[in-house]
Amino acid sequence: MAAGQRKLDIEQIGDVTVARFVDKKILDENNIQIIGNQLFGLVEQDGRKKIVLDFTNVEYLSSAALGKLITLDKKVKTAAGKLRLCAIRPDIYEVFAITRLNKLFDIRDDQEAALAGF
Amino acid sequence: MTTGPFHLEVTLPSDVQQGLKVQETLLAELERRDYPEHDRFCVRLALEEGIINAIKHGNKFDAGKKVVINATITDQEAKFLIEDEGHGFRPEDVPDPTADENLEKSSGRGVMLMRTFMTSVGYNQRGNRLTMSKTRTQES
Repeated sequence: MAAGQRKLDIEQIGDVTVARFVDKKILDENNIQIIGNQLFGLVEQDGRKKIVLDFTNVEYLSSAALGKLITLDKKVKTAAGKLRLCAIRPDIYEVFAITRLNKLFDIRDDQEAALAGF
Repeated sequence: MTTGPFHLEVTLPSDVQQGLKVQETLLAELERRDYPEHDRFCVRLALEEGIINAIKHGNKFDAGKKVVINATITDQEAKFLIEDEGHGFRPEDVPDPTADENLEKSSGRGVMLMRTFMTSVGYNQRGNRLTMSKTRTQES
């Protein structure tokens, strides 16, 4: 991976992969494309089936990023896996709620709640 | 704060990075005028969607096609115009992204998000010129 291109901090907790976004702003097509590839790689190359996405650092999120998350969710489901999102701040959660994507995604308050009963 | 209006008019190639620089300039002006954080969040998202739509859907990433961005910012209101050189579109033809059958589509939410987060959003008849505004939220 090219220097400065790391977009996710990955931690393995038991059989659950926790991926925390590094960037505060998940905006612009190029950035989102890179993030998407790294997320898809977790499923398609690494075979991870239980994934928690931690949004602690995320302050901004565009609709293109939502699109990548939807694609990731489909890939995880196709692989008979599970995806959970956590630590989404209120402004960002509003974006999920307005688009009704809070109904599509399994969203938990924090990492502990996301890991519970996985 | 009593400061005169801020005006900006730029013409850019269809380049996302240049569009983002304009976005940062406009957000900096809102911050300078102490717009509430949530207002700045809303404007940042709306500008992102509007500029990307112009470059991606309007101009189809054609570097030879331009995007015009106009902005007027006062202490009470921020107004923006984003125009591309594309054929345009009909906003009413954009499917409702919140409908069950569209929920899992990976695109189609930008216009809806702009309408939600901005005070007003409108398009010209051709559909290649977006105007939107954000009225400053009065904090209690």
